[in-house]
Amino acid sequence: MSSTQGRIKRINGSLVVAEGLSDAKIGDVIHIGSLKLIGEVVRIAGKDVSIQCYEDTSGIRPGEPIFTTELPLVAELGPGLMGGIFDGLEFSETEIWNLVGPFMKRGVKVNPLNRKKKWDFTPKVKKGDKVIGGDIIGSVQETSVIEHRILIPPTIGGKIFDIKKGDYTITDNIATVQMSNGKKKDITMMQVWPVRIPRPYKSRIPSTEPLITGQRVVDSFFPIAKGGAAAIPGGFGTGKTVTLHQLAKWSEAQIIIYIGCGERGNEMADVVTHFPTLKDPRTGKQLIERSIFIANVSNLPVSAREASIYMGVTMGEYFRDQGYDVAIMADSTSRWAEALRDISGRLEEIPAERGYPAYLAERIAEFYERGGTVITLGSKQRVGSITIMGAVSPPGGDFSEPVTSISLRFVGTLWALDTNLAFRRHFPAINWLMSFSRYTDLLVDYWSKFDPDWLKFRDRALALLEEASKIEETARIIGEKALPDEQRLVLLISEMIREGFLVQNAYHEVDAFCEAEKQAKILRLFIEFYEMINPLIKAGVPIDKIREFSSIVEIMRLKERKGLEWIDKAKEKAESEVDELAKQYEILS
Amino acid sequence: MSEKAGLIYKTTREIRGPLLVVEDVKGAAYNELVEIKLSDGTEMIGNVLDTFSDRAIVQVFGRTEGLELGVSVRFTGELIQIPLSDDLIGRVFDGSLRPLDHMPDPLGAERREIFGSVINPAAREPPSEFIQTGVSTIDGMNSLVRGQKLPFFSEAGLSHNIAAAQVARQATVLGKEEDFAVVFCAMGIKHEEYEFFRREFEKTGALERCVMVLNLADDPIIERIVAPRIAQTIAEYLAFDLEMHILTILTDMTNYGEALRSISVAKEEVPTRKGYPGYLYTDLATIYERAGKVKGRKGSVTLMPILTMPGGDITHPIPDLSGYITEGQLIFDRDLSFRGIYPPVNVLPSLSRLMKDGIGSGKTREDHSEVSNQLYMSYAEGVKARGLVRIIGEVGLSERERKYLHFAEEFENRFVNQGVYENRNLERTLGIAWDLLSLLPEDDLIRVREEYTKKYHPNYVKS
Repeated sequence: MSSTQGRIKRINGSLVVAEGLSDAKIGDVIHIGSLKLIGEVVRIAGKDVSIQCYEDTSGIRPGEPIFTTELPLVAELGPGLMGGIFDGLEFSETEIWNLVGPFMKRGVKVNPLNRKKKWDFTPKVKKGDKVIGGDIIGSVQETSVIEHRILIPPTIGGKIFDIKKGDYTITDNIATVQMSNGKKKDITMMQVWPVRIPRPYKSRIPSTEPLITGQRVVDSFFPIAKGGAAAIPGGFGTGKTVTLHQLAKWSEAQIIIYIGCGERGNEMADVVTHFPTLKDPRTGKQLIERSIFIANVSNLPVSAREASIYMGVTMGEYFRDQGYDVAIMADSTSRWAEALRDISGRLEEIPAERGYPAYLAERIAEFYERGGTVITLGSKQRVGSITIMGAVSPPGGDFSEPVTSISLRFVGTLWALDTNLAFRRHFPAINWLMSFSRYTDLLVDYWSKFDPDWLKFRDRALALLEEASKIEETARIIGEKALPDEQRLVLLISEMIREGFLVQNAYHEVDAFCEAEKQAKILRLFIEFYEMINPLIKAGVPIDKIREFSSIVEIMRLKERKGLEWIDKAKEKAESEVDELAKQYEILS
Repeated sequence: MSEKAGLIYKTTREIRGPLLVVEDVKGAAYNELVEIKLSDGTEMIGNVLDTFSDRAIVQVFGRTEGLELGVSVRFTGELIQIPLSDDLIGRVFDGSLRPLDHMPDPLGAERREIFGSVINPAAREPPSEFIQTGVSTIDGMNSLVRGQKLPFFSEAGLSHNIAAAQVARQATVLGKEEDFAVVFCAMGIKHEEYEFFRREFEKTGALERCVMVLNLADDPIIERIVAPRIAQTIAEYLAFDLEMHILTILTDMTNYGEALRSISVAKEEVPTRKGYPGYLYTDLATIYERAGKVKGRKGSVTLMPILTMPGGDITHPIPDLSGYITEGQLIFDRDLSFRGIYPPVNVLPSLSRLMKDGIGSGKTREDHSEVSNQLYMSYAEGVKARGLVRIIGEVGLSERERKYLHFAEEFENRFVNQGVYENRNLERTLGIAWDLLSLLPEDDLIRVREEYTKKYHPNYVKS
């Protein structure tokens, strides 16, 4: 006997235990109590069903009824997503604000997507055409930069029986497909997809293009490929959030999905308020026109944080399937892991390390694996990608804690944030000795466009930085003055690279975004400068003479100057200063 | 609290620390307010932490001495609420909002649950109004803005209370006269610390603009769970209903965390670091995140939590998780304090995340942000040189390193160090900064753009 209604037996924080739901399935969405709070089935034991509630359960009593929707948690996908601010369950926070004022209330339900707005739908197929799941049947110009492509849902295929151009809401029928079994299926612009199940694709392909972010330390030293995954761990105050904001603002992805998962309300407010005022350096359009926000701040119920990550990734997959390059920023995956821990603890599961459940690694891997570059479903060849960047907040800045150490196993790029760099206001505080990128070799072709020797110069610069850090260890004991001048030169060059290349001012009009060509050229100049000076030092010119060069400041300030011509000018100046000094010391070059 | 509704049970079967297991209770609401009466007439409140069809686990906010299985437990059917009105301003209460000032119980037409509602992220106004505190380390390098939460991370015995009182006394928004009040919440601090704040506020007349919620060191530990929530509920009401600008001081959050831990232990929860529960982060967030500004409303809640880091360890769970929620931190340093520097703020690990939104041209001064960055970088160099001196002596330093060493000394003595009653305006703070930067080679001022150097560097400014 099946029943869609049951009664609450126990409430412990976000965990609700109920009886009487005989047909409950794991993952079913449940409405709890008279307020109809939303929850999801997480465990079934005999007649008892355990439900993780996504809202505050204060005031709910044992004995109150619960209802099952018999459906899993789904994302609504369709025109209207762009520029939206959603919570972890895809409720529009703007709508909730309009409805109940600036403070959240429980049990409030709004439609994720606007049901009334009409969109101008243009068909791209005609009556009689054969279509399969994943085919584009038409499009809507959602914003001035995003053409929202309407897809045949993965499970449908057949012949177009009817398709109409015109203004429609997302729930109007825009087309009818006659399936091979003769049945007719109506197609609307909105489709739903269960958030915990990855959307299907045809096949995965390797990534060969970098996702240019305009951040020098990222693009030149620790690049991320389109479809790759990166983790960005750092203690508090190391600039995780600012770095992610920078990546969200400037990366070359066509669609940005920013998941604020258990983070600060004021920072989320900053993102959603300031994004609309920012312009994309490439299209000149507003960044908000290609961005979606999921704002699940730290004082919202912890369980909804868990859902917010899946919600964001599902939206990402939907746009990937339309053939877009999507970048997902998740800030922070640690808060999401803590949500897992919280519910696991309430279920009285045996904890593994630091109280986290034993399946933590599995969940983290599943999340990062939903990224990637794929050939999408559909009869025409179409490529789309999801790049995932996950912030990690290790307690006490300790990278050996479970979430950080597990994340490192499943990402291709690590941007390790360093407290000491942050203390010096060296931002982005990405430590060049601890970070890595497994994509560098794949990206050589791209960089060769600007400089055929890119890889050589990049490796040389990294090697110099590493050498400098070793010399610094010695200098810390005997003082810089006691070092041989060759080593002091390495220190000088590494300081120039640090200040003139790695440090990037997020709030400087020019410096905030640095195009790839400029990066390649400046990087080359640092190494060339080193190679110009090295012979002088070897010939006995004291390092203090070199420090007097005015070209040093010129080179270090190149990052702030618009245009590439300055780079050649700085190089000429350096050359003339080198020549002059060589003459003075009668060195033949 | 409300008049006698609800059912009374005398069926407590177990007392475990501050927790009561009450049986034969039919359907107590989660988080429901409970009133407990001892045989000697003592009354306490509590709330429901775990509820079953036939029993409930209640946490008691009060002394556990004298609790017995026969206590009467009344389930009130409502959540913990407090009355709100502007009459609260100027009053002193205990951690459960009972008057300590020999005045009547607080009244108010408006009653609100102390656990509060979350400000919708879409409705939040990003803080951007610079607050001048008159303290150089804050204004110059870790600027505070209205609606921010900026904690003091200190150690036992340092002058964090003096500094907090100084900020409360001096804080102004440039060019504005507005309705302002302080909500002061003490959790487990000593009587003399409280007396200090009271005297300071009294001296400057601030006491009349202050609401005090006090749970002192010898008050029941468990009341510390409700005290900050009562304080923030009052702050929210004053800010967003009465459109006032509120500064909430919560001291000391370490004591709060310990109270939370002791309940968690009593509940036999799986501990994470140092015995603290896994939900410590979220729990702290529900207190801290009630600060901010709301679009379309005038008021603001600015939050200044104070916490003492056990053993000066910033990786301890309380400062660590606080740091992940608050928008920066000011670190008080024992070493600076020994050397007689007040306020002993170590700027290097200190930070204000919202600084950038409150400063710059049109708000403070165009060069503010870059000067601050340059100070950070140069002081870090100086501190590095100081480390060298300890090993190789000052003679071993290069001339450049010696300049930075000198800079660091001067920076601490002239910029960081100031009087308890010295109220420096921002011009003065930035003026000192430029004077200090002029001790360094001009080419080294790489973090400041050239045009600002030309405009503000003492070498170019004709006085």
